[in-house]
Amino acid sequence: MSVQSEAAPAHRPTIAALSPRDRLARAAPFLLVPVLVLLGFALIGSVPTWLTLTVSGLAMGMMIFIMASGLTLVFGLMDVINFGHGAFISVGAFVGISVLAALGDWTGAASLGLNMAAVLAAVMAAMAATGALGWGFERVLVRPVYGAHLRQILVTVGGLIVIEQMIHVVWGPDEIFLTRPEMLKGATLFLGAAIETYRLLAVAVGLVLFVAMRLVLRRTRIGLIVRAGVQNGEMVEALGYRLRLVFIGTFVAGSALAGLGGVMWGLYQEVITAGMGEQMMILVFIVVIIGGLGSVEGAFIGALMVGLLQNYVAFLAPKLALVSNIGLMTVILMWRPEGMLPVVRAK
Amino acid sequence: MAEPMLRLDGVQTDIGRYHILSGVDLEVPRGEVTMLLGRNGVGKTTTLRTIMGHWRAKAGRVLFDGQDIAKVPTPAIARMGVGFVPEDMGIFSDLTVEENMTLAAVSGPLAPARRDRIFAAFPPLAAFWRAPAGTLSGGQKQMLSIARAMAEERRLYLIDEPTKGLAPAIVSTMAQALRELKAEGASMLLVEQNFAVARALGDRAAVMEGGRVIWTGAMAELANDAALQERLMGLSVEGA
Repeated sequence: MSVQSEAAPAHRPTIAALSPRDRLARAAPFLLVPVLVLLGFALIGSVPTWLTLTVSGLAMGMMIFIMASGLTLVFGLMDVINFGHGAFISVGAFVGISVLAALGDWTGAASLGLNMAAVLAAVMAAMAATGALGWGFERVLVRPVYGAHLRQILVTVGGLIVIEQMIHVVWGPDEIFLTRPEMLKGATLFLGAAIETYRLLAVAVGLVLFVAMRLVLRRTRIGLIVRAGVQNGEMVEALGYRLRLVFIGTFVAGSALAGLGGVMWGLYQEVITAGMGEQMMILVFIVVIIGGLGSVEGAFIGALMVGLLQNYVAFLAPKLALVSNIGLMTVILMWRPEGMLPVVRAK
Repeated sequence: MAEPMLRLDGVQTDIGRYHILSGVDLEVPRGEVTMLLGRNGVGKTTTLRTIMGHWRAKAGRVLFDGQDIAKVPTPAIARMGVGFVPEDMGIFSDLTVEENMTLAAVSGPLAPARRDRIFAAFPPLAAFWRAPAGTLSGGQKQMLSIARAMAEERRLYLIDEPTKGLAPAIVSTMAQALRELKAEGASMLLVEQNFAVARALGDRAAVMEGGRVIWTGAMAELANDAALQERLMGLSVEGA
């Protein structure tokens, strides 16, 4: 036995072209949304109806994505199951809507600038409040239960209940009805379909957020650390990065985004309740699971599919609307048990 | 004698209820390569992970350049200048080779001279620079793992089984890269099962058994004494 002295042969590797089948398998999750949209068109038949439902589904999907994006990273980074995430959605909605109510002069004016300024102020306040709440939530409730899933579920569900009750204390037990700012109320006529202005805004916000998150995750060092941490947190620490700080930052950002999603969902539904976040969490969890835990792209595709499917099915077969999302999750998990775009773990 | 780069004094580590290290005493002199040898399951990997702070010693001291790091957080240990190559290589498979290297250069962009040196030592990394690290072969992943440790100036390298499961040609590439590091005066603690590699690289050897270091001495002494190897490790290496 001896060490061979010749060096390894010089590598000039060529990467074999993927077979069409492999290409399809790789692109499949990204194709699902267009396929679903086309399928919807084939089944609905009428262009205006289909267009209205599609925009509505995309808007709903974008809002769900905003709520789900932080949660998927929190789960991926530290294996933390946070049922309390729904509380941030509700708190965000209540804080944001309160700010909008206080800015009644701005929201009532027929000026797009003033209306948007009011919405922006509401969003900022909501994100600041839920970000701060998330920071406290992580410190007090989540930190003591790292690595213990059952306890995480119990503790975060407890936190959710407490925060919901606090909303009752501060804002009263009743649901609050609201109207959208003046310029966000109407609809635009396009190809015979009435498209609500607000839905277009929701789609735009969701797209901007998705692109921004991708840029941060792909182009910045902090993004690299987050992506690496989702795969192998221990090695990230062994390279010299304090994963805990990164995780806290992600948790706070995710909570703030839940607050943003809460304001947007409240404006969409034109009514807010303390339990709205809890109700949304069912869809949010479905999206995080079918997307692949820890995958922002997966959550994005999953959210759009959930939004579109819910709207199409509600029109085509209203009785099936409630089971459509569970059905979607079942089918996706039978196809890919770890979700559409699973993050490869090196653990 | 000068203070060694690393010294372990009576280090004990438990994993759950199991006592894995029961009093490890070990020295890694400056500018030398110390081989950590022994059968499977005697605590070699645990020793490295304890030094790195992944598992905490419940007793004993871990002195890095004279400073006790037994309670220092892992990221701080890394930033003191410890390069770690874990047994499972710890590759971020969804990240490209380039991104893996970018992360490894903690204190700033990867210096071009350093990158060229890494390319010279491990040509496949240049060829696959922008490919996801998950698409690399086992040997290439191991190259990347060692290259990450070389991304910055380190004061100590902890390398766990760099030649495990690799083809002979790749083993010699690894050995050559480690020899070059050694020639630059790096201090290294290397776990190695391949005795031929160990004897070619090692200045000193420490043999573990049952969670303790039972023998330390010059690598040459161990390499030239088949009876000693047989007694310490149950090895009988032909021609060794």
